[in-house]
Amino acid sequence: MTSRDRVLRRIRDALGPARGTPVPVPRDYRRHLGAEYARADVIALFTERIAAHGTPVRHVGAGGLPTALAAALWAREAARIAVPAGLPAGWLAELEGVAVVPDGPGVDPAAPDGPDAVVTGCAAAVAETGTIVLDGGRGQGRRALTLCPRLHVCVVHADQIAGTVAEAAARLPPGRPQTWLTGPAVARGPARERSPHGAAALEVLVVEDWL
Amino acid sequence: MRVALFVACYNDALFPATGRAVVRLLERLGHQVVFPAAQTCCGQMHWSTGYRAEAAALASGFAEVFSGGGFDAVVTPSASCAAAVRRDHARIFRAAGRDAPPLPPVHELTEFLVDVLGVTDVGASFPHRVAYHPTCHATRALGAGDRPLRLLRAVRSLELAEIPAADECCGFGGTFALKNADVSVALVADKVRHIRATAADVVCAVDNSCLAHIGGALSRLRSGVRVLHLADILAGPEDGA
Amino acid sequence: MTAAPRPRLRFADAARPALADTALRRDLRDGAAAVRARRAAAVAETPDWAELRAAGRALKDRTLLNLDACLERLERAVTAAGGTVHWAVGAAEAARTVARLAGGAAVAMPAAPVLEEIGAADALAAAGSTVHRTGADAEFPAVRTAVTGVDVMVAETGAMVLLEWAGDARRCLAVPDALITVAGIEQVVPDRADLEVLLRSLPRSAGERLTPAVSVWTGVAPGDGPAAFHLVLVDNGRTRALADEIGRAALRCVGCAACLDVCPVYERTGPGPYGAPPGGPIGAVRVPLQRGVGSAATASLPFASTLCGACADVCPVEIDIPEVLVHLRGEVVDARRGRPVPTPELAVMRAAAWTMGDPQRYEAALRGGVRWARLLSRGGRIRRLPGRFGAWTDARDLPAPPARSFRVWWRDRAGAR
Repeated sequence: MTSRDRVLRRIRDALGPARGTPVPVPRDYRRHLGAEYARADVIALFTERIAAHGTPVRHVGAGGLPTALAAALWAREAARIAVPAGLPAGWLAELEGVAVVPDGPGVDPAAPDGPDAVVTGCAAAVAETGTIVLDGGRGQGRRALTLCPRLHVCVVHADQIAGTVAEAAARLPPGRPQTWLTGPAVARGPARERSPHGAAALEVLVVEDWL
Repeated sequence: MRVALFVACYNDALFPATGRAVVRLLERLGHQVVFPAAQTCCGQMHWSTGYRAEAAALASGFAEVFSGGGFDAVVTPSASCAAAVRRDHARIFRAAGRDAPPLPPVHELTEFLVDVLGVTDVGASFPHRVAYHPTCHATRALGAGDRPLRLLRAVRSLELAEIPAADECCGFGGTFALKNADVSVALVADKVRHIRATAADVVCAVDNSCLAHIGGALSRLRSGVRVLHLADILAGPEDGA
Repeated sequence: MTAAPRPRLRFADAARPALADTALRRDLRDGAAAVRARRAAAVAETPDWAELRAAGRALKDRTLLNLDACLERLERAVTAAGGTVHWAVGAAEAARTVARLAGGAAVAMPAAPVLEEIGAADALAAAGSTVHRTGADAEFPAVRTAVTGVDVMVAETGAMVLLEWAGDARRCLAVPDALITVAGIEQVVPDRADLEVLLRSLPRSAGERLTPAVSVWTGVAPGDGPAAFHLVLVDNGRTRALADEIGRAALRCVGCAACLDVCPVYERTGPGPYGAPPGGPIGAVRVPLQRGVGSAATASLPFASTLCGACADVCPVEIDIPEVLVHLRGEVVDARRGRPVPTPELAVMRAAAWTMGDPQRYEAALRGGVRWARLLSRGGRIRRLPGRFGAWTDARDLPAPPARSFRVWWRDRAGAR
């Protein structure tokens, strides 16, 4: 008998007549923010919550994005950046004196001689938690790309911001690897103090079309 | 109302003054108190230490004594015994494979005063600085909430002090105090430290078991801080006392 | 090979050095206070907290009562997504499986309770693998294999969900060529929709709106991360816990550690005296449920609690830990009833129950006890009790019982009227 069969048989023996009992799950918890949240409030909540983690966040109009990106990279003295395939070319139109490396198997953003920064889009964002979600879709690249310890500039379109975790989860296609990022790392020893590790690594640009 | 007093075995032997205080208080409020003489123990200590068969026998005895009728409610000055009857007896009988016998409602004293009788001012006076310790069974098992505090706030001349981290356990835990005496003492040491920080003269609660634990540590330190059951404060002094 | 950690000393004995460790006591006290405050804030801003707890409890009960079907469904989904599922009955088998899959290669291994439980590090080292324990501040090793735990597995999709505080596991999931993930069989949930519950209740219960990183992966993703994914499903006594109708509630645990942060006992002793991670209230039920109460050390764990109930109040899946503790105390006592010589405690408890089983016997004992106790007292206090009761008077006085019990007073009063 294989271990698989043994474990499954133990489970069946353990449950006895209770096995297969249907248990209804009450789903009357809140899936959405309250009705008092207008669209602008959702975006404001996202900004407030992500800033509460110490993550720099700025709002720009679609036309102003290339300049804002260039300014963010310039402020951190990034001379060489890595970007995923599919990043809209226009985003990088204003870069001057910055070498752009397309991501590929040879690129290791975590290496000491890796790029100074990476720029990506995202799959969704969550207002109630101040979270960005990457899933390897267009303009996001593989997971290893966003492990750059120096700077990750993430561009969030305002319409990508969901109110709640449930709303964001429903927007994401299953099967893809997801990374949900919410603030800097926390040390979880007995003292569990917040650690500055990674605090400076993420910057968020929120693109609002009407700006 | 005709009220049956379940005094709780440890009060009967070690803290009879609390039982007398409940009688005095309820009679002053115009109610008739009866004491079913066949009562002994609700089985809480046996049950919570793992002696299920012994607990079942005691729980049966309790049900026999208090299901007899002839009164409108059962009142006890012990939150932990009230919780044992209301929460644990069903579990005790289930573990013994029996149906729980029907019982009249068993109220902890402050619940009875506030919820059933609807009084918070019982006409008491107590000119001391008093800290209230919310015991685990009162707070978490019964959900007594602020009922004891509402009663205390209505006591004339009483100065109420708030204990820091008040809802933390004092470390008594029944046989825990013996089986894990070192951890138990570590807990009561912190509780005593918090109590003394309030500069209270008296610590009160609705469980004499926890008070005996806290009071035992306060007495060992010769702190001069007294422990009193809430009923003793509400009832006022005895005649000739 | 070294075995997985297990308690060796009785809790009371193991607790003594921890209680005397001043620095540990301070860290625990400060840490618990900080997390309790953060947790309270995270819960206070969640208006549907009660509904989330009820849903969490129900979805885990639904999982447990259908665990065989759930795991088979998970296995199909993981396999369809390019992963391989392995099963292990015991801890040693699980550890051997991990070591075999690593094949002697150096591995990166972020801390996870299940990895400690099965003794993964020792097994890997014994099989020739260098183990790099990663952490927030550790340099990430240049290795091609990673070994991780997981928090939730979704049977419907085969998705693995890992909630992270330090951020090092994220790298383990993205960089190496091979990923070996170990999970307890109870960590599965049936549906995608269950995630929207646990992704809210678990982090908030631990004091954050969401943990700094949450990684979700399903089998292998071409061109992104490991090309090989192995999932090792571990029983190691979980089915023993599942067979216990009251104890099985403890398998709902999602690992938020909120019960540790509010436990007054854990706050004084830390994890050490519990003998195996994670300790605290959940450890005090899980270890005896999964291993039985045969050894004095595991049998002491259900008694390592004052039953104060703080743990039950905070649990995001409504595990009534005190109820399970009391149930396990009953199991310990019942296991000892069969001994040829009764334990002293059994003798005392039986005598007490026999005495209190009858009002006449009770009153006679009351009179005798009061006389004895008053002989031991001075100035109204008893400062030293004999035998095992001396544990009380080591640090605490006991009030001397008054000469007249309540029932005697009552009778005297009735007689006087």
